Amino acid sequence: MKQHSILRIVTKLLIPLILLFALYVQFHGDFGPGGGFQAGVIVAAGLVLYALVFGLDTASEVIKEWVLMVLVPLGVLIYAGVGVASLLLGGNFLDYNVLAHDPVHGQHLGILLVELGVGVTVAAALTTIFFAFAGRGRRNPTGQRIAQVADLAQEPPR
Amino acid sequence: MSTLIDLILLTLMAITAIAALQLKDLFGAVMLTGIYSLLSALWFLILDAADVSFTEAAVGAGISTVLMLGTLALTRRDEKIPSHPRILPLFVVAITGAILVYGTLDMPAFADPEAPIHTHVAPHYIEKSGEEIGVPNIVTSVLASYRGYDTLGETTVIFTACIGVLLLLGIGRRREDDES
Repeated sequence: MKQHSILRIVTKLLIPLILLFALYVQFHGDFGPGGGFQAGVIVAAGLVLYALVFGLDTASEVIKEWVLMVLVPLGVLIYAGVGVASLLLGGNFLDYNVLAHDPVHGQHLGILLVELGVGVTVAAALTTIFFAFAGRGRRNPTGQRIAQVADLAQEPPR
Repeated sequence: MSTLIDLILLTLMAITAIAALQLKDLFGAVMLTGIYSLLSALWFLILDAADVSFTEAAVGAGISTVLMLGTLALTRRDEKIPSHPRILPLFVVAITGAILVYGTLDMPAFADPEAPIHTHVAPHYIEKSGEEIGVPNIVTSVLASYRGYDTLGETTVIFTACIGVLLLLGIGRRREDDES
């Protein structure tokens, strides 16, 4: 997509705003609509937009595959880890009351951490799924390049 | 005024769904499903379900449209016309739909305050979550604390889905292709 300079510049302007909005949704979910799931999807949407406009190779440079491979299970581990921590502190599994000196603070801490876990897993998982789909279509068995997601929008209707 | 907006939105959703069914060009059909998701997000917003609306707009209109386009890039762009009429699928769909409609006949009226869902745990969440959890957004309290097990399950489902896609499509396979 080298020729679409308007698209590239607007994307460059938009991506920081998308990621900032994702952080807002992540950490403001206690007060307004949103939370880890929505924030994770927005982060993934930002990365997918980047990959669509600048190509999959550039996007893979920005966020390496091994980082995604670590982040996908990390979020689940954070979530389950909060549950195990509350077990060790003498409560039930995922009972946040025991996490801090008083129950309400414990609930705040617990919710913050599990939402973070959800956000990390969702963002990494959706980005990975997109990379898997988009990366698959690049070459057919004979090594010739076939259609990519980014090309699809420009092809004339058959 | 509110009824008018409801009617317009629902009519637009029906038109979009029928148009998506009729289109043989799958690229256009995918775009229409994205529009359908956006319309249903608006619809959820009118029903005061801001969190659901948010999710629908981000997942339905955003990510799944892109994933469907990714699938199209791997397969083909136009729909395969079946050589003979499909009677059995039509029969199954009609029966399933009829059973589902029959199931709704027993349900309490929309927004009935005496409905079981409003008399079981919901009053406790609404009255007590302020002092028990201390988070203004009750949806977050229910999702992350009261129903923490469910959300852990959902996160595991997404994790499993990611593993499944990787096993089927393989993110590392690209590198092998480049070498060969």
